[in-house]
Amino acid sequence: MKILVCLSCVPDTTSKINFKDNDKFFDEQGVQFVINPNDEFGLTRAIWLKEKIGATVDVLHVGEASADPTLRKALAIGADKAIRIDTPATDAFVVADQISDFIQSNPYNLIIAGRESIDYNGSMVPGMIAANCDLAFVNNCVKLEIDGSSASCTREMDGGMEVLSADLPLIIGSQKGLVEETDLRIPNMRGIMQARQKPFEVVPAKESSPKTAISSFEKPAPKAAVKLVPADNIDQLIDLLQNEAKVL
Amino acid sequence: MSILLFAESQQGKLKKGSYELCSYGFALAQQQNTSLTIVTINCEETDQLAQYGASKLINLKAKVGYFEANTYASALVDIAKSEQSKIIVISSSADAKYMGGILAGKLQAGYVTNVVELPSTSEPLTVKHSVFSNKAFANTTLTGKIHIIGLANNVLEETTQSSSTTVEQQDTQVAIKCTQSSVEQIQGKATIADADVVVSGGRGLKGPENWGLIEDLADVLGAATACSKPVSDMGWRPHSEHVGQTGKPVATNLYIAVGISGAIQHIAGVNASKVKVVINTDPEAPFFKAADYGIVGDAFEVLPKLTEKLKARS
Repeated sequence: MKILVCLSCVPDTTSKINFKDNDKFFDEQGVQFVINPNDEFGLTRAIWLKEKIGATVDVLHVGEASADPTLRKALAIGADKAIRIDTPATDAFVVADQISDFIQSNPYNLIIAGRESIDYNGSMVPGMIAANCDLAFVNNCVKLEIDGSSASCTREMDGGMEVLSADLPLIIGSQKGLVEETDLRIPNMRGIMQARQKPFEVVPAKESSPKTAISSFEKPAPKAAVKLVPADNIDQLIDLLQNEAKVL
Repeated sequence: MSILLFAESQQGKLKKGSYELCSYGFALAQQQNTSLTIVTINCEETDQLAQYGASKLINLKAKVGYFEANTYASALVDIAKSEQSKIIVISSSADAKYMGGILAGKLQAGYVTNVVELPSTSEPLTVKHSVFSNKAFANTTLTGKIHIIGLANNVLEETTQSSSTTVEQQDTQVAIKCTQSSVEQIQGKATIADADVVVSGGRGLKGPENWGLIEDLADVLGAATACSKPVSDMGWRPHSEHVGQTGKPVATNLYIAVGISGAIQHIAGVNASKVKVVINTDPEAPFFKAADYGIVGDAFEVLPKLTEKLKARS
């Protein structure tokens, strides 16, 4: 089985978010970039499948060379090959377009992409790939079992779960639950050494034009200070929630 | 050329967010000088959408009993084509986001999720949406031929119109890609996605055996229960209750955090909530900085009292 995991590089979850040049661009200074957590849950599941049922795991990133260390990390924790499509990731449409084009000439049985990236929170790339390549798609996937040429996936819905079955090739939107937080792997020295020998392809991008463009960023208005209520005056809290905040 | 809006239903019943979405759709149609077409699929309460100013209300009958994203997206593509819609409005529910990407791919449309306001400019269309897990907003211009707006949850007031729309019934072809083999739906309880109030517990609760305190408070408030990441990682509560950056997003009217210190990732996931109340023994807990109201106190003393007083009130 051939698995492709699409990786996005995002600011570490603890990053302070700042903008530069009149709030036109994200300020990367002092920001640590990591594999998007939702993608990493998917990657870890892919490596687990490789070890349990046998598979090759390729990782793919659309973007510039600054992401290469993150792709190397994916190789160090068990992916077999890294591919970077060399073009700025202008918007979700362009990213999905590039990945779809790649898949059409390099078929995979299973494609995994995080349900959303934690930077732009678009939640649209896996669905776009599904439409572009006419693949079955399960989003918010928290459980995945492969049996021959079909898959059983559990999707987390608003207020419940459903089990869906689909034929391969399939694309899933991965998230926490697919593996546990404690299953995530940290590269060890052996893995890091092996990663240096693994194939790392940089491929040219196809022509694609974005459908959206960010013109500026803004930060939320600063918050008023918290109103503290003494622990022995619950009535005051209820009164504030009822008459001031009007939420009761 | 009308604006096409998809109002979601579940087991025939309209989802709560659909009314807010329809209010947005009408305001957008007014702003863009065009009409509004509302589409529902397998909905049994379409009449309830008659007061939202739509010039057309279409209820599609799909021969599939569950939300099948590909079928739903394909059906909307057909209607978008016949209505020649340039703008499509959907919600930001888990289902809508599941379908939205497929829809955008099929229509080769520009798509923006988590939109919080009406567009600030019309030609070209510019929308404000939350990014970096609620730590910032971006203003994005849609430059394609067709645009999809995914409205964030709980960002505007509902408004109805005096005129009324009649409902058209249509059949639709199914294009099933995934077959549902089983489903577990929370019954008779508020869910994190649609509750007005969410009561959330953290490590300060000391163990899963104490969750009754959270559940009792949630019961009197008709609230959904949630938890912090460490609590779900330790297996005290299921993953589906984990709210935060890598868990479920929360955008409710009232969010009550009990024994949660307020890691930056947790706050990011719940910050879209309108009013936040924090109950924590540690006055230095970072969550107090992001809260509207706070009690520095022991959850084991505060919660039973709060529950009792709210019960007496109702």
